[in-house]
Amino acid sequence: MNSDSKHKARIGVFKFASCDGCQLSLLDAEDELLGVAGAVDIAYFPEASRAMLKGPYDIGLVEGSITTHADAQRIQEVRRQCKTLITIGACATAGGIQALRNWKDVDEFIRVVYATPQFISTLKLSTPIAEHVPVDFELRGCPINKYQLLELITATLAGRKPNIPSYSVCIECKRKANVCIAVARGIPCLGPVTQAGCGALCPSYDRGCYGCYGPMETPNTSALASQLRVLGQADSQVARAFRSFNAWAWQFRKASEECERT
Amino acid sequence: MTGRASKTIRVDTLARVEGEGSLYIKLVGERVADVKLKIYEPPRFFEAFLRGRHYSEAPDITSRICGICPIAYQMSAVHAIERALSVQITPAVRLLRRLFFCGEWIESHTLHVYMLHAPDFLGYPDAIAMAKDHRAVVEKALRLKKVGNRIVQLLGGREIHPISAAVGGFYKTPSKQQLCDLAADLEWALEASVETVKWTAGLDFPNFEQDYEFVALRHPDEYPLNEGRLASNRGLDIDTAEYEDHFMELHVKHSNALHSVVRGRGSYFVGPLARFNLNFDKLPESARRAAIDAGLRPPVKNVFRSIVVRAVELVFACIEALRIIREYEPPVASRVEARNRIAVGQAITEAPRGVLYHRYALDEDGMILTAKIVPPTSQNQKRIEDDLREYAAQLVAWPLEEATWKCEQAIRCYDPCISCATHFLKLVVDREKG
Repeated sequence: MNSDSKHKARIGVFKFASCDGCQLSLLDAEDELLGVAGAVDIAYFPEASRAMLKGPYDIGLVEGSITTHADAQRIQEVRRQCKTLITIGACATAGGIQALRNWKDVDEFIRVVYATPQFISTLKLSTPIAEHVPVDFELRGCPINKYQLLELITATLAGRKPNIPSYSVCIECKRKANVCIAVARGIPCLGPVTQAGCGALCPSYDRGCYGCYGPMETPNTSALASQLRVLGQADSQVARAFRSFNAWAWQFRKASEECERT
Repeated sequence: MTGRASKTIRVDTLARVEGEGSLYIKLVGERVADVKLKIYEPPRFFEAFLRGRHYSEAPDITSRICGICPIAYQMSAVHAIERALSVQITPAVRLLRRLFFCGEWIESHTLHVYMLHAPDFLGYPDAIAMAKDHRAVVEKALRLKKVGNRIVQLLGGREIHPISAAVGGFYKTPSKQQLCDLAADLEWALEASVETVKWTAGLDFPNFEQDYEFVALRHPDEYPLNEGRLASNRGLDIDTAEYEDHFMELHVKHSNALHSVVRGRGSYFVGPLARFNLNFDKLPESARRAAIDAGLRPPVKNVFRSIVVRAVELVFACIEALRIIREYEPPVASRVEARNRIAVGQAITEAPRGVLYHRYALDEDGMILTAKIVPPTSQNQKRIEDDLREYAAQLVAWPLEEATWKCEQAIRCYDPCISCATHFLKLVVDREKG
């Protein structure tokens, strides 16, 4: 978007299978967008610009999961073009909601949705970017938090570690002085095993966390599964709770598969 | 690039649309021989993996189809399920859902008008480049967009994939004061929207009128958002439950999005232009006045004027939001409980890009047996191809680069959301001497 700059960091935004929401977060940073665009050179961002400049890029922001042969090839080229590669959102970091196919017969899925299945080309699995290429930082969330994205870009440009916590949503609830909805009201909540970043949104709106930021660092999923059963949840419900937007993240995957076995 | 051999010119990636696709146009002499809007956005199979999920998960799951219009998905989902389970929502929830939608319309329309479409009219690659010469315009756009997002944030917790919409209402409803706090911003936004109508009306529009079948919701008392019968300018007037009797989806080889047609007639047009043309009488007086002053009288048949119509809908959304804020009284309960039963329910709501159809079949435990979702862009897909077939014929003599940009601009009139419909467009023009 800014071709006259010589020393600014060049940023590229790349999309794979996704809803576009995480890259939209950049455009949703209404107060910061023009500032960011002045500080860096947004060289490749097709959702926002028809000026698509070639790499290499200093920072590549990758949204979406890998679900086709063509995309499995394309991510290799994107990696070669990007000095620092950052994945943004649950699709890119964990395979996304579309990873629900990973437990099913994808050919059957195609038949459910499309009249002429032979026109459709897709892989059996929806997989995160890190299963294909080395990733420098994974930003969690479905969708990501735009302030975390700005912090991450700033830190990367400054060459410092980003201030993005890996503790659980529970910590955010305590900071907001929320009464624990699971303890006080018996509402099933994934907060204890889910990484912070949303600001404990769901508990603040009187509902249980549904895990859209994916597993926290070393989550105790089996303890939480037991507690969910105490709250009256059937194994199938507990399995479904772990199996949503970050279903293929290994900690949640293990938890849901354990529930299915019991 | 001349001679008898077929001519292939590539322009990588149509930008400023949501999703991945490409355009192929084959010209033989003066004739447009083939137009294909190819959508290669990878399929994500939402309808398949909704099977076996509980209905309460549908608004959260379907919102992930689209990061630009998640509220429309949530609204079609909750209304379809409520219809299946005969849930009567409270008047306060009904108001809040309209307000929620106004927030999404303001955010999405502003994004499209200023940041995705206006750069075409003014000859810039994007809004950031446009900001160098038109800083005040882009700043106003960002502020307006933010007002829409503030509404969404208040009611839904966050702008993208909000978390409060539920079958029967909301997980949490706001206080009167919280809504009143939005009023000053909205008063400003209303003024900015009226200015947007004037500003967009002053752009240059190609002379391109088509005979469209416009399809939109129509409600006896209000400009449609969540409710109404489905109507068209060619006599269609049906309950939303009859949608599949009148429309069908075709699977074409070049697209991962299904093409919708009106049975027996063909392509049709959904979105702001369709809503405006069918519901002009339901616009508030000042929105109607803004439209007339901008030279818009229904039926508007020039798709390029969609940008002005979107601005008129911004005026509407601000007026409607202000009305709701004045009338709202918080409900006793944020949502009404639903009772499980074996049933099927359908709903259509007006996403920013046009009608969005959902159907769910539920079992006795509230589990989804089957789901069907028809997004606005897949409904417009065939219409976009039909437009390009006519429009490209006018551009045969143009230098290729300019013709390409014009075709991209024509596609962007529909604000296509290819992520919804199944993302960039790659334009390939094949020229053969006739």
